[in-house]
Amino acid sequence: MKALVWHGKEDIRYDTVTDPEIQDDRDAIIRVTSCAICGSDLHLFHNFIPAMLPGDIMGHESMGEVVETGRGLNGTLKKGDRIVVPFTIICGECEQCRRGNYSVCERTNRNKSIAEKVFGHTTAGLFGYTHLTGGYPGGQAEYLRVPFADATHIKVPDSLSDEQVLFLSDILPTGWQAVVQCDLEPTDTVAIWGCGPVGQMAIRSAVLLGARQIIAIDCVPERLEMAEAGGATTINFMTESVVERLNELTGGLGPEKCIDAVGTESHVTFSQPDTIYDRAKQMVGLESDRAHVLREIIYVCRPAGIISIPGVYGGLVDKIPLGLVMNKGLTIKTGQTHVNRWTDDLLERIDRGEIDPSFVITHSVGLEQGPEMYKVFRDKSDSCIKVLLKP
Amino acid sequence: MTYLANVTRREGDPKIIATGQSSLKPAERMVKNLGWFSIALGAAEIAFAPRVNAALGLRRSSSLPVVFGLREIMQGMLCLSVEKRVGAWSRVAGDALDIAVLMNALDRRNPKRENVKLALASLFAVTVVDVAVAASLRPERATRARQNYQNRSGFPQGLQTVRSRQGQISSDDDSELFSEERSTQPRQPFAQI
Repeated sequence: MKALVWHGKEDIRYDTVTDPEIQDDRDAIIRVTSCAICGSDLHLFHNFIPAMLPGDIMGHESMGEVVETGRGLNGTLKKGDRIVVPFTIICGECEQCRRGNYSVCERTNRNKSIAEKVFGHTTAGLFGYTHLTGGYPGGQAEYLRVPFADATHIKVPDSLSDEQVLFLSDILPTGWQAVVQCDLEPTDTVAIWGCGPVGQMAIRSAVLLGARQIIAIDCVPERLEMAEAGGATTINFMTESVVERLNELTGGLGPEKCIDAVGTESHVTFSQPDTIYDRAKQMVGLESDRAHVLREIIYVCRPAGIISIPGVYGGLVDKIPLGLVMNKGLTIKTGQTHVNRWTDDLLERIDRGEIDPSFVITHSVGLEQGPEMYKVFRDKSDSCIKVLLKP
Repeated sequence: MTYLANVTRREGDPKIIATGQSSLKPAERMVKNLGWFSIALGAAEIAFAPRVNAALGLRRSSSLPVVFGLREIMQGMLCLSVEKRVGAWSRVAGDALDIAVLMNALDRRNPKRENVKLALASLFAVTVVDVAVAASLRPERATRARQNYQNRSGFPQGLQTVRSRQGQISSDDDSELFSEERSTQPRQPFAQI
């Protein structure tokens, strides 16, 4: 089959690889009908997430048709079923899964011992990601093996298109969880840093969950435009001061709820010297993440506010003003998304026509164009916000 | 490399049969190679500084090779980073600096003048390569005009419909929150203290 394979920093190739095989009774194999490039794929593309190996198949946003099943699926899936594959692999039986903490499933990481050494405890296996989370082959391919498939799937009706449901795999529940974690109250202002795909989903989620005011911060005009279309007031940090504008929009109080939908690769600009400092340290390996956004959020968030971090961070972050967090009584909530905790509700909302996540797709191309599209997405060129790949 | 990649695969996981088109262009691959070359050269300049001084007829105690070696290593790191264009042009700037210093060492009184000439010749050759590679790393032009996303709300029923529905729900919540019965009760978070 054909697949997008990681060969090193900024080196993704459209390779021919052997087909996946059923390895366990709980496996299923799907023929991928649609997949997408996620912002966190770019962190792998830039090699900011440790423990990638040449030969790893990329992709954790995919869906398709079941073509082969293991013997232990107990009727949960059958050939021909149309499923979206959540990016977190879950067993559905361990204590964390039973609590709904799916992204920290205790059983699905097949490199559990390495994860325990690095993270302290294991987290769930993830598709197309680092070997710290199992090194499972990803879904930017023609076929995908889904381990623990009886639990790791979202069945979708034929009445909805791939474009409408694909993002149940990651960015829609990620944006949703980011807002839910904020414990929204109807009087709240939610400020969202980053208007990439997750930021866009967080804006729509904040609207659906009833935020009084939503403020979106970015510097890419097309992304700000899309954020505005979704109901946000926008701030372009290249042309205006984020702190001043936020104070202006909140009567000097600061937003009660802040969402970091940027993560490890903050934009580097001369007007923010800490971003240059971070970039230099990151380049020589003295720091793994550029945390400018997080610092800014801690500074502007209203005392007793909540900071929600759906943006991916890879490891060690420098110069985090923990004193401000403590003195302002801020609460920080973060984590990989517990996808299946939210997808029943979100699928219903899509089915009812409350939200159509396909609005975020700006490029729809064949899988063979994947290597090139990684760059287009990274450079935000061609007005690119989200790339859909059709194997 | 493909073989090594396959060695790390688990039984049953897909293995590479044939490798295809890459996101890394030849010029970018060249910058990466130049980056490793810079790091190796810089390390050599630092490790063998007295020999470099002697070969070029500089004072034995001159710290120039160490300083330039450190600069080479930093350029190499830039070439290996995401900012490849900056890395490639930093090499060109470094070449110019090297040429200026070596021109200075072309003094007739320098007994190692012939070595300096040889070094300059290789440096000119490397500079040509560096300039060619740096120039070929121009940012790509957009293939289509800037798109307009003003109509992409994501709400098939319209933003206003969703907002008004939410407004209704939250005003219901508010009325409950501020009703006489509720106002006598401390709100939940405080009750826990």
